[in-house]
Amino acid sequence: MTALGDPTRQAIFERLVDRPRPVGELAGELPVSRPAVSQHLKVLKDAGLVIDRKVGTRRLYQVDPRAVADLRAYFDAFWDQSLAAFRDAAEHEEKSDG
Amino acid sequence: MVDQQQHSVGAAVRQSVVVDAPPERAFAVFTAGMTSWWPIESHSIGTKPMTAAVMEPRTGGRWFERAADGSECDWGRVLAWEPPHRVVLAWQISSDWQADPDIHTEVEVRFHPEDAERTRVELEHRGLESYGPRAEEMRGIFGSDGGWRGLLGRFAETARA
Repeated sequence: MTALGDPTRQAIFERLVDRPRPVGELAGELPVSRPAVSQHLKVLKDAGLVIDRKVGTRRLYQVDPRAVADLRAYFDAFWDQSLAAFRDAAEHEEKSDG
Repeated sequence: MVDQQQHSVGAAVRQSVVVDAPPERAFAVFTAGMTSWWPIESHSIGTKPMTAAVMEPRTGGRWFERAADGSECDWGRVLAWEPPHRVVLAWQISSDWQADPDIHTEVEVRFHPEDAERTRVELEHRGLESYGPRAEEMRGIFGSDGGWRGLLGRFAETARA
């Protein structure tokens, strides 16, 4: 069972990727109750995907930057190596033409 | 080394590379010639050894890998086909390298002529937030030495040799 193996939690996560939001705003945008949103956020938080912080009287939820950083680091490494190989292939074909 | 640009807006990665080839050739090698540069050994999703990466040359075409026995595994779709300027691919592969229709990420590649002999190839892989449901697994995969990072390191050494 994964923390985001649920369409509502995925929808919440994707909204938080966009920008930090409070519980009430998420509940207003999704067809679920505020307590349900809170419960989903708790699961996401326990999984280390989402963090929260207090701003004045509100509590804002946001994606844990480390989770997104891992994704970016992975695909950066993948495309870095793959594009280097692509460049070599494109240039090698040209040089060995004929 | 490949030029690298990282942006912090949205869940996307962007990179570019300049190749000593005109756009027509760069586009052809990236698409029709994908098998010549794709890390086949480490980045295959089929159960049998992959022998080719195939991109059907049209919008709406399939993008898949093929094994020696002819069996195929889908990677995604061609969303835009504009040779020799631009190609956009739907990348629908999960973090554990399985075809997954719930994953909706896009790879856009643009080919800009720098001069008569050189092309700047700009790549953007966006929509990575689609991996939200898999982020936990990915952490485990990436965190270990035996994971994809290790495989990519080995690939890099092979490519340089």
